[in-house]
Amino acid sequence: MDPMIPTQYKIQRVKKETQDVFTVELIPTEGERKFSFGAGQFNMLYIFGTGEIPISISGNPNKTGVLIHTTRTVGMVTKAMSKLKAGDTIGVRGPYGSTWPVKEAIGNDIVIIAGGIGLAPLRTAIYEILRERESYGRIAILYGTRTPDDILFKRELEKLKSRLDLDVQVTVDRAARTWNGNVGVVTTLIPRVRFDPKNTTAMICGPEIMMKYSISELMKSGLSAEKIFLSMERNMKCGIGFCGHCQYGTEFICKDGPIFKYERIKHLFGKREI
Amino acid sequence: MESLEKILQQHPFIQGLAPEHVQLIVGCAKNAVFEAGKFLFQEDEEASEFYILRSGKVSLEIFTPEYGPVAIQTVGEGDILGWSWLIPPYVWRMDGRAIETTRAISLDGKCLRGKCEKDPKLGYELMKRLANVFEQRLNAMRLQLLDIYSIKVPDKK
Repeated sequence: MDPMIPTQYKIQRVKKETQDVFTVELIPTEGERKFSFGAGQFNMLYIFGTGEIPISISGNPNKTGVLIHTTRTVGMVTKAMSKLKAGDTIGVRGPYGSTWPVKEAIGNDIVIIAGGIGLAPLRTAIYEILRERESYGRIAILYGTRTPDDILFKRELEKLKSRLDLDVQVTVDRAARTWNGNVGVVTTLIPRVRFDPKNTTAMICGPEIMMKYSISELMKSGLSAEKIFLSMERNMKCGIGFCGHCQYGTEFICKDGPIFKYERIKHLFGKREI
Repeated sequence: MESLEKILQQHPFIQGLAPEHVQLIVGCAKNAVFEAGKFLFQEDEEASEFYILRSGKVSLEIFTPEYGPVAIQTVGEGDILGWSWLIPPYVWRMDGRAIETTRAISLDGKCLRGKCEKDPKLGYELMKRLANVFEQRLNAMRLQLLDIYSIKVPDKK
């Protein structure tokens, strides 16, 4: 099958998550094709007549019947996508890219750090990890976003927060007095979390500057670059490492990433010219 | 019940200080409890204490005439709260409101300032430790100021 030719999917539901973030649920137009993917992978979604963009999969990797993507209205394609309705058709190529190290991390404490829309690709890892909760040590999920109105997957987070076997902390950058939760950047939550630095895997997704500060905080706590994983973002076009749009030093974000071990890209990370 | 001295000795802010300096600090310390909703301090009041938080959460808020009180940071267990006691004119620059029952060790700033003046070694040690707190807060504040989750990004040159 030609990897550049999209398969048609039908929109089953569009759900508004926040003012500018929405989730689309897709089902195949023909037959009962099951869509298998790994936590952290993405698809190229083609909005016919507008364009194609890479979007992380945000659904449960173990529920293969419906394909779920969550994205933010930021450009022309996502804007057009936000206007689609149930029954409309969309083109899908994928899944592409590397995955969160959920298997490698078995036996470890887990620290998940998400910023803004970065929670969407990390949600797939959370589903995978919680499916085998007993295989991991302490699990902390730290989520930071702009305001209380921008909190993604609010109900799910509330459910996770109520679990006694998870440390879930949510923070916002700004809030009125009516908000009784935490205010401050997500990095300030890291020193409050208990984990064994020698036996912990951290997974981070969010704006690059937030990941930079998070890495610095994690390393201050004793975590090594070998145990920190992050999801990188660049302008991806083909999704399979042919076009070179997403080249990042010697790496291609679409093919070698988007999930990288920090050790592998630390010589590139934060470099202004790359 | 643990003594104040023992609790203070275990806190990273105090750990590693000479025993005689810990003693001097203990002399300025007392336990404090604030129920949810109570203010630890309010803007423009004299800043005569600072706090080592043992449990609970405190919201730091700045009152704005347009929007009312705006929460700018939440501090909690283990955090050091307040440095206005050290910097003239020794007044709080914001409100500190307990959002849940908060237990803290309250340190008398005037008492500590006096001891630091008399014993510059203690003063320097405390200043180094507070400088770390300043640095952490400043870094967090810079990141907050970038408004990284906003769609509106500054124009690239």
